[in-house]
Amino acid sequence: MKEITYVEAIQQALWEEMERDDSVFILGEDIGAYGGAFKVTEGMQEKFGEMRVLDTPLSESGFTGAAIGASLVGMRPVVEMQFADFISCAFDQIVNVAAKNFYRWKGRTPIVIRAPYGGNIHGGAFHSQCPEGWFFHTPGLKLVAPAFPSDAKGLLKAAIRDDDPVIYFEHKYLYRRIKEEVPEDDYVVPIGKARVVKEGSDISVITYGAMVHTALDASEKLEEGGISLEVVDLRTLLPLDKETVFDSVKKTSKVIVLYEATRTGGVGAEIAALISQEVFEYLDGPVQRISAPDTPVPFSPPMEEYYLPQVEDVVEAAEKLVAY
Amino acid sequence: MDIDRDTLQQLYYYLKLTRHLEDRVTSLYRQGKVVGGVWTSNGTEAVSVGFSYALEKDDITAPYFRDMGAFLIRGITPRRIIAQYFGKKTGVSGGKEGNVHIGDMNFGVIGFPSHLADNYPVAAGAALAFKIRGEKRIAAACTGDGGTSRGDFHEALNLASVLKLPVVFFCNNNQYAYSMPHGKQMAVKDVADRALAYGMASEIVDGNDVIAVYTVSKKAYEKARAGDGPTFIECKTMRMHGHSEHDAAKYVPRELLEEWKKKDPIQRMEKYLIENNMVSEAEMKEIDERVRDVIEDAEEFADKSPYPEGKEALEGLYATPIGRDKES
Ligand SMILES: Cc1ncc(C[n+]2csc(CCOP(=O)(O)OP(=O)(O)O)c2C)c(N)n1
Ligand SMILES: [Mg+2]
Repeated sequence: MKEITYVEAIQQALWEEMERDDSVFILGEDIGAYGGAFKVTEGMQEKFGEMRVLDTPLSESGFTGAAIGASLVGMRPVVEMQFADFISCAFDQIVNVAAKNFYRWKGRTPIVIRAPYGGNIHGGAFHSQCPEGWFFHTPGLKLVAPAFPSDAKGLLKAAIRDDDPVIYFEHKYLYRRIKEEVPEDDYVVPIGKARVVKEGSDISVITYGAMVHTALDASEKLEEGGISLEVVDLRTLLPLDKETVFDSVKKTSKVIVLYEATRTGGVGAEIAALISQEVFEYLDGPVQRISAPDTPVPFSPPMEEYYLPQVEDVVEAAEKLVAY
Repeated sequence: MDIDRDTLQQLYYYLKLTRHLEDRVTSLYRQGKVVGGVWTSNGTEAVSVGFSYALEKDDITAPYFRDMGAFLIRGITPRRIIAQYFGKKTGVSGGKEGNVHIGDMNFGVIGFPSHLADNYPVAAGAALAFKIRGEKRIAAACTGDGGTSRGDFHEALNLASVLKLPVVFFCNNNQYAYSMPHGKQMAVKDVADRALAYGMASEIVDGNDVIAVYTVSKKAYEKARAGDGPTFIECKTMRMHGHSEHDAAKYVPRELLEEWKKKDPIQRMEKYLIENNMVSEAEMKEIDERVRDVIEDAEEFADKSPYPEGKEALEGLYATPIGRDKES
């Protein structure tokens, strides 16, 4: 196995799926000769041609709608949003057309929307958002958010092969910051399956995306003081893998839900609600939520640092929770 | 149109101020002093300077991110602008927003969200209010050529035309949207053709000629003010830097840049002023010094300014705070 970065894992999945299946094609802004704003599709147009690595006008709603149409007649389009933030321009196509096609009239809509998301890059309010919550509330969509290169590759392959619309949230901060050994043969990571990335006995941290790494760092720190965290990486946000979450809660009886999105009404709220409704009797303390506050992402570094959940926040919450 | 000496010199001053401020910011960016990326209007300054200087004080503008001239002319000080680039508390947004995302209704500037052309309908809405209230004010919005492919652009043009709103829409056609040349963005030859579909009057103007942009803007504003409806103005120019300062823009043919270098809007205005005796050597020198001093002062101010405190991130979400938010 070779060690590759998160962004290389995404690239491998795209290349391999394009080679494997002629119906896969990618479209978006500046993805052709330029290789995309984050260079994810570098070299692909040369290899697969202009029609399969398609530069579009600056028209998110237009090209997302077009991807939906192509998928209805047998293609498997992968849409690149230049930044996840711009997905809002395609909102109607995603939540009303793509998400409801199959339920309403058995219209199979196998599209993938790649959404480079997340903060910690000094991008400000429009280049840092975690918009998964907007779509979490939309039945019919599948949402995935890998934290590791191996999952990035396997989940993208699974998303491309899936017959439903999938939004693939790829965390920009992780692109070139983490490396991992990734299998070189063809594999998929099933959508809808969480993974315990670190076993522990005292507190479960339920998290996803870049925050998985925050949780792992906190876990190391807490280990010194004798507090053992179990870290559950959701990997898929919709539909949620309740079983894996519940199993961990039953084991530790204490829960921190950790996420980078804003606090109210999102993935974290749903997990807390599910836990209190379905495994309440196993709990030994209140479910703790650590998230960004309910504001847009601020630009200035001291404010962005304050805004984003930090390792210390997890440590603090764990120390509080352990006392119950 | 006869333009007086003072106006011509002011146009020249703002062209220079825009160029030098952005040049300075670019070198500060290279020194690692700027937070985030840097996008400049280099080579296209005459667009924002021309259309903004033609506005009246009570008018409203919705510039996009290559309209530094608009912020400066509206009265947003270089001090607040450079402090914004540094993420300082004294920046236009107190550190909340990134460099060119400048808005301040005290100066009639609607803040720019990254999503291109989002503010086209918003500007139409300001114009709608002026119309409802019977005020003789107008709104001016600008976006790039790339932004004209968005639905919001088209909906705004149609709405403004149907409602005959006192709004003027500008396009800084710098021939590229990031890496995409004109032909890959649209099948019409001129962006101005898009206005036809909405029954809207349009103009094409040399975007490197500040006097031409100013003149054509004035005319369109007068028409809008008189209740004769909106105009779309395409300013043809050329982006002389990369999309942002970290983009080497290898996709732009060098010959194209060479060709446009000769049409530099500042050199052109300088030549015009000298040839027409609109500026003396002493005045020219004074303008250069003023530009230099203003930028030096702004940089020093920004440098010395404090960063906001982390917890200020929580402040100012609502204009009318509710419940517990009131206390913070
Ligand atoms: C809706 C939307 N999609 C994508 C982007 C990312 N983006 C920023 S600038 C840009 C190109 C803009 O081109 P143009 O409108 O011609 O303006 P220019 O940069 O040339 O001034 C893109 C794609 C964006 N800001 N907004
Ligand atoms: Mg452009």
